[in-house]
Amino acid sequence: MKRLLKGGRVVDPANGRDGVFDILIDGDRIAKVGVNLQAEEGTVVVSMPSGLVITPGLIDMHVHLREPGQEHKETVATGVLSAVTGGFTAVACMPNTSPVNDNAGVTQFILKKAADANLARVYPIGAVSIGQKGDQMAELGELKEAGCVAVTDDGHPVRTALLMRRALEYTRMFDMPVIEHCEDPTLKGDGVAHEGMVASKLGLRGIPGEAESIMAQRDIALAEMTGGRVHIAHMSARQTLDAVRYGKSRGANVTCEVAPHHFILTDALLAAPVPYDTNTKMNPPLREAADRDAMLQGIVDGSVDVIATDHAPHHYDEKHVEFDRAPFGITGLETCVPLCLDRLVHSGLISFSRLIELLSVNPARILRLPGGSITEGAPADLTILAPDLHVKVEAKAMKSKSKNTPFDGWELRGGVAATIVGGRTVYNNAAVNLAI
Amino acid sequence: MAVVLDADRIGRTLTRIAHEILERTRGVEELAFVGIQRRGVPLARRLATLVSGISGTEVPVGALDITLYRDDLMRHSIGAQPVVGHTNIKFSIDDKRILLVDDVLYTGRTIRAALDALLEFGRPQSIQLVVLVDRGHRELPIKADYVGKNLPTSLSQSVQVHLLEIDGQDQVEIQE
Amino acid sequence: MKKDLLSIDDLSADEIYRVLDTAEAMREIGERPIKKVPTLRGKTVVNLFYEPSTRTRTSFEIAEKRLSADTLNIAVQASSVQKGETLADTAMNIEAMSPDMIVIRHSSSGACNLLSRICKSRIINAGDGLHEHPTQALLDAFTIKQHKPSIEGLKVAIVGDLLHSRVLRSNVLLLTKLGAHVFVSGPPTLVPRGIEQLGVTVATVDDAVRDADVVMMLRIQQERMQGAFFPSLREYYNLFGMTTERVSRAKPDVIIMHPGPMNRGVEIASEVADGPYSVILEQVANGVAVRMAVLYLLAGGVENEAAA
Repeated sequence: MKRLLKGGRVVDPANGRDGVFDILIDGDRIAKVGVNLQAEEGTVVVSMPSGLVITPGLIDMHVHLREPGQEHKETVATGVLSAVTGGFTAVACMPNTSPVNDNAGVTQFILKKAADANLARVYPIGAVSIGQKGDQMAELGELKEAGCVAVTDDGHPVRTALLMRRALEYTRMFDMPVIEHCEDPTLKGDGVAHEGMVASKLGLRGIPGEAESIMAQRDIALAEMTGGRVHIAHMSARQTLDAVRYGKSRGANVTCEVAPHHFILTDALLAAPVPYDTNTKMNPPLREAADRDAMLQGIVDGSVDVIATDHAPHHYDEKHVEFDRAPFGITGLETCVPLCLDRLVHSGLISFSRLIELLSVNPARILRLPGGSITEGAPADLTILAPDLHVKVEAKAMKSKSKNTPFDGWELRGGVAATIVGGRTVYNNAAVNLAI
Repeated sequence: MAVVLDADRIGRTLTRIAHEILERTRGVEELAFVGIQRRGVPLARRLATLVSGISGTEVPVGALDITLYRDDLMRHSIGAQPVVGHTNIKFSIDDKRILLVDDVLYTGRTIRAALDALLEFGRPQSIQLVVLVDRGHRELPIKADYVGKNLPTSLSQSVQVHLLEIDGQDQVEIQE
Repeated sequence: MKKDLLSIDDLSADEIYRVLDTAEAMREIGERPIKKVPTLRGKTVVNLFYEPSTRTRTSFEIAEKRLSADTLNIAVQASSVQKGETLADTAMNIEAMSPDMIVIRHSSSGACNLLSRICKSRIINAGDGLHEHPTQALLDAFTIKQHKPSIEGLKVAIVGDLLHSRVLRSNVLLLTKLGAHVFVSGPPTLVPRGIEQLGVTVATVDDAVRDADVVMMLRIQQERMQGAFFPSLREYYNLFGMTTERVSRAKPDVIIMHPGPMNRGVEIASEVADGPYSVILEQVANGVAVRMAVLYLLAGGVENEAAA
């Protein structure tokens, strides 16, 4: 079945495009991209209304789907539904499930669940060490073969410098990055909030920014030493960004991601309007304004490679407790695009092209995925953005099983009109009502 | 606004009450004054001084705050709790003939509260009530034993007592 | 006043003075033969204590009983927490019985805030984790006012484990709000980050104590040695302990305070704790009067919330 998306604005930085183009989709592939394409007999023509933007499918490379083992928080099925509702055509999911994804069996289980759901593509990330315990390396070759695109012990750093070194060397065989949750466990201790004035005033044990940057420095040095690829997950501290810049300047193979909450929110939110709101508790924590501003600066000047949500669903009961006892994490799949459009593009900080680099081009490149561009012959994964759509964030209405977000009630400018995976429309926003 | 008692009249009224008290009481030694906060307190002190002066025997004086005994405390619909004043009764009230003193007797609820409060301090021989002004409209069966002036009023009026010790001058007024 | 007392920030300077003035009147009740007034008759106050505490709980209980309230003590054993009933569930169960006020002590900062969101009853924070202990700061202020003409302009030194002390946070908020000059001192490992932004000066113990009008000692806990905050109690005493010699550098009419319980020979020398400048026992006595004042002022009428 052929579909021709006619006359829409296409932002495709990988192919140097930002303008009005027609896109012909044939089956599950992009057949042609050009100007004033003619529709053949039997082609469905969709006239793109003005104001919308067609981009390569967005890829969230840091998502917790919680299955197997914690299905009360989220399942692969609800997770991918949440993803496409948020405009994502693909997600990479973390291995800290139960059991841990440290073997082909769990990887295949996840892939099967994703295939059954048949919405967003799911690329599993395997564990670096067995059980993520940091003692023995998992069979990374087996994981790669089963379908993993990267490895991580996310939730923890790779426990020892030696193991990290080995992982960086070993993954060179498979061209997989080691994604690292940078945190020195002794400096983090039993901290629950950013170590600073707010935590001091609220009587919350602190996690200093240096807990993250010190580990990042270790990992970047090891990447430089081994030639391996390290990707810094959920960066939050300005010191970490400095370390990344330094490592890049020395030619280390390091990339980094920032989540929307770390370039929008600060630890002031813990004190007001709702003091000790557990929807402001995540790891790494919301930090002070200087860190938030540094993340924005990195997004603008190119030091930051990826925006990834670290979507971490938790059941209401688990979060409805004292701050100390609540698990870390907030959801992100359905708030990411409106937040990015409103706070980055409409605020004038970055262009659409830069946004697509952060949300599609770079994730695809780092994980070596098909995608990140609208190219003839490539899979037809597209996201159609509605940059002027008025969006009111409503946690209750979200497709994710969990509603733990600090953005509930926020009014933002910018949303998703439709999501297309493999030529199929898997999400169509009724508020835009595109005939696609 | 009408002045019903000026400083001179107040002074002579108090002197008259002091004599009345002595006339009706057999033993000065058992007398004690307790003034109800706020303006009952300076009145009690003045009466105690007068009675002590006439009789030649020192009569003790105490101050009693009845805020915590009010029957309308937890029924406020708006606003903060009323301010609690100081209570200071340094002598034992057991077996004493207490003269409870207040500036205005109105509904009688303040006196009811004062009786509850006072009886927590001990068991007096008797309690009598002295007021400067009785304005009527009792809501409880309370009667004053010594009255400075009977002042019939309507509910819409208010009686303002000013005393030198608190307000800088002695004067009793009625306001609409 | 706000419905709850969760933090000293809930009180304006005027409201703090109101509490202190009311406490003065409440103190007198403790000197009567019958130490009772009918003010909170028929009101139910629940003391929900997740941390063991004889001193604070007894103080609240006496305060409640002197106001003729019906008190209910719930001492939550650690085991029932482990059995899984969440604070939220406990709160909803208690709320279902419509108490008028809940006094809560809990080991997690912000626990009283969670309770306040769940319960319509008035909540009084009797100590939440490392966060605050507002009635302690109020009784400390009351004690200071018994000895000094005014809190404004006083030099107050607070010495000890600043990082883990809820008494510190409440006192800093209160004293700075009333215009005192607060100097805090302790091992650098125990100074909370950013504390100067609360309006205090971080100083050496000698600079803090020099010419101080009030010296307040905070408890040092043995467990802090495990966290590598300082090497030994002996070293702590040498460097920070309040000895007669250190105290001599303060003003001649200095008062020495401690929220208790004291570690003699660790943060404070026995001679100082028992000496002529110490007002530590007065603090305890004043606790009842101050808590009576807080209970009275918060109790108010039924429709207060809507009007506020």
